[in-house]
Amino acid sequence: MIEYILCFILFCIGLYCVLRKRNIIKIVIGLGIVEYAVNLFFVLIGFRMHGRAPILAKDQTISNMVDPLPQALVLTSIVIGLAVTALIVAIAIRLYEKYGTFDITKIRRLRG
Amino acid sequence: MILPFFVIIPLGAAFLISLFGKKIKNFGDLLANLGTLSLLVFSLYSISKVFTNKILVYKVGGWMPPLGISMVLDGLSSFMLVTVNLVSFLVTIYSISYMEKYTDKYRFYTLFMLMLTGMNGIIITGDLFNLFVFLEIASIASYALVAFGTEAEELEASFKYAVMGSVASSFVLLGIALLYSYTSTLNMADISQVLSGRPAGMMVNFVAVLFLAGFGLKAALVPFHAWLPDAHPAAPAPISAMLSGVLIKVLGVYAIMRIFFNLIGINTVILAMLMFLGAVSMLMGVILALAQWDFKRLLAYHSISQIGYVILGIGLGTPLGILGGLFHLFNHSIFKSLLFLNSGAVDYSLGTRDLQKMGGLREKMPVTANTSLIASMSIAGIPPFNGFFSKLIIIFACIQANRFGYAFCAIAASILTLASFMKVQKYAFFGKLNPKWQNIKEVPWPMKLSMIALGVICVISALLIMPLFKPFLQSAANVLLLGNGYKDMVFGALK
Repeated sequence: MIEYILCFILFCIGLYCVLRKRNIIKIVIGLGIVEYAVNLFFVLIGFRMHGRAPILAKDQTISNMVDPLPQALVLTSIVIGLAVTALIVAIAIRLYEKYGTFDITKIRRLRG
Repeated sequence: MILPFFVIIPLGAAFLISLFGKKIKNFGDLLANLGTLSLLVFSLYSISKVFTNKILVYKVGGWMPPLGISMVLDGLSSFMLVTVNLVSFLVTIYSISYMEKYTDKYRFYTLFMLMLTGMNGIIITGDLFNLFVFLEIASIASYALVAFGTEAEELEASFKYAVMGSVASSFVLLGIALLYSYTSTLNMADISQVLSGRPAGMMVNFVAVLFLAGFGLKAALVPFHAWLPDAHPAAPAPISAMLSGVLIKVLGVYAIMRIFFNLIGINTVILAMLMFLGAVSMLMGVILALAQWDFKRLLAYHSISQIGYVILGIGLGTPLGILGGLFHLFNHSIFKSLLFLNSGAVDYSLGTRDLQKMGGLREKMPVTANTSLIASMSIAGIPPFNGFFSKLIIIFACIQANRFGYAFCAIAASILTLASFMKVQKYAFFGKLNPKWQNIKEVPWPMKLSMIALGVICVISALLIMPLFKPFLQSAANVLLLGNGYKDMVFGALK
């Protein structure tokens, strides 16, 4: 149970970081933390205590095995996270070139 | 089987354009237009397929669905595919001339086709995690497309959109993880089967809230709307038309409809929440739009308001309300993309989007002025045009369901929309010509062609509620009315 609570706390830290920080690089890091928390949660769902790898071999009876599907899904999700992070960092660099600052409160040309 | 082609065609086109687009001139134009044309033909063909077979299920790689991934084509999917591919075909025609002013046109087409892949994938998939993957494909392509001009404002808007969109995707993924832990399956029909066998608990409610927040942010419902008025105007005009016209509907409204009606199962609390969010978006969007002077920003606020109508209609949950909501979804995708293309045409000729600097453009740009008049009358709900009929159905449905307050909100929002578009017409197209614009010309023919086509569709799509064409809408509404029966349809088609 404690792992799930820690995972949830990690999610909240990431969300806090996205919502409260003013530096855009810190916001990107916050997004990363949110993604990792969700990925960790997904892996935890598949975890079984004292489970083994789900490989089917001849004359073996597997009684307790780890669910392999969440691991496959998390791999996909990590790749998606990489793409999003790369894109946002690229945008952040261009933003720094245009505005000369990383402070989100000073990057405010759009309003209304 | 036609189902995989909805994903293969745009994905293959994106791949080929990114490889050869730089070397061969006009390769991007040609392939993108051919791709979207063939998608439109396929989606129109899918209507007749759905009429004969009711539902089509494709097993990806030959694996049986609870284990493998499936693709499902039913009335609702077919309806959404027609909407998306019709708009995207006309938008690619428009882009031939409009995107000339940007460098690297082939990159634009690559991203455009990737976005289309994501949207078609979301509509056609029958697997929850697959839906998430396609959602991310469409979202990432749209973040990049919003920043396509790489000016300061565009980058700022794209950053804001990307951060909020990624948080929304995390919520969706968390919801999928919780649902997987509860049901041990990812196939939509199978999830529905497992859930219907269990008593309703807190877990399902929590998942419903996560999905509502995640997809609501993608659909720009009011508490989550802050990114839309920045992101949609910043993009190039064809992309604004795609984003406002179809992206928010597919990523937001379609996903909400499919998950809440067919997967989780609808109940009165969720319906009340949808209706409330719809009514608030409807009024807030239009009130914020009244004060805008930037043409595209005004249209973006109207998108929030019109999505409110769609959600209100669907949230009523009655057959008439759902029919009206879906009809308004189709109509809005037509007239809002037309309006964004008009604003792009004005921007193309004048180089400004400020309404106060325009005036009297009717003399110089008759096609743009007349098509925008048609679109403005459609969105404001003036009788012979499509917007009038869908709004009327939604208002009737509210009254039929004894929701007089919501009916009043819908009428009030419609009047305010009319006021706002009278302002647009007066300042931009009527009145005296500003001497500064003495030498402007009408836009090139591909842009005119797609604007005229959309204008004609605005008029003739009012016929969709006539008895001859109504089955097209009705079969989409029936999927939602079926609710939990979706799983029996899918498993029935597999046998």
